Amino acid sequence: MLDIVYFAWVRERIGHPREQVETGAATVADLVAELRARDPRYAAAFADPAVLRVALDQDLADFTAPLAGVREVAFFPPMTGG
Amino acid sequence: MDGHIFDPEGRYARHLILPEIGPAGQARLNAASVLVIGAGGLGSPVLLYLAAAGIGRLTLADDDVVSLSNLQRQVLHGTARLGQGKTVSARARLADLNPEVRIETHAIRFGVETAVLVAGFDLVIDCTDNLAARHLLNRACVAAGVPLLSGAIAQWEGQIGLYAPGLGGPCYACTFPEPENPPPAQSKGVVGALPGVVGARMALEAIKHLTGAGQSLLGRLWMIDTLWNEERLLRTHRRADCPVCRGKGAAC
Repeated sequence: MLDIVYFAWVRERIGHPREQVETGAATVADLVAELRARDPRYAAAFADPAVLRVALDQDLADFTAPLAGVREVAFFPPMTGG
Repeated sequence: MDGHIFDPEGRYARHLILPEIGPAGQARLNAASVLVIGAGGLGSPVLLYLAAAGIGRLTLADDDVVSLSNLQRQVLHGTARLGQGKTVSARARLADLNPEVRIETHAIRFGVETAVLVAGFDLVIDCTDNLAARHLLNRACVAAGVPLLSGAIAQWEGQIGLYAPGLGGPCYACTFPEPENPPPAQSKGVVGALPGVVGARMALEAIKHLTGAGQSLLGRLWMIDTLWNEERLLRTHRRADCPVCRGKGAAC
């Protein structure tokens, strides 16, 4: 099981702050593709992954990074308000 | 000054008896120069706490005027200041809080032509309200070799990082590469106490950085979701392909 945490407008679009998923995704990009296919909320949240960042077990990573051994994936955008 | 330092009821008494700050740390704060861009939600607690801490030279830039919808969260300003420039309002409040601080104000919007403003400061603090200004400020700070403490908020959430390639850390664009397409517009809704939480933490991180106390947020990104009680401290990295800093900087 993989813990996924969503921040800011990613959370807002998906509708919840965290969830556990059973996945065979090998990389972050594979996981994103899986999530996008779920329903329109996920498709909207991940419409343009280039504006998002991802952290694996609290370490900033690329979308090409492998998920083997990872317990938590966090997706977040740059926040911009001041 | 010696008598002042050891006065248990003096202005900085609670800093002076704190082991991680003490007289040496307070002297660093009193000698420090800090530029704060934006005197709004985040800028309010940042400026209030840094003035209170006795930062020697506190410079702020903001071209906005105080409006009624600001006052739900921008606690630096007040109802009597509605319609006045935020720099005018801020100067009056900060000078009252601590007349020992040299306050400089620029009633300008930070832009390409004002980017030279960052040169010579010990620390620049990003309290702006849009992504373009954040990237512009990062480029200016990398070019001038000035550390950048950047904080941001969204609705119930916040992020803070310290960016300083010269100190061995990443720059803002290493962590958040400038997107080719603009990201979706962020809702302007924000819970009033949120900039208090995030801005006070920014002021605290500025004090840590300037005094050398503890561990700074260099190479870290602090994120908080106050609505769902999620808080993370991420490790961030320099990127050799970063178009702004090219991953350069002295080894840590």
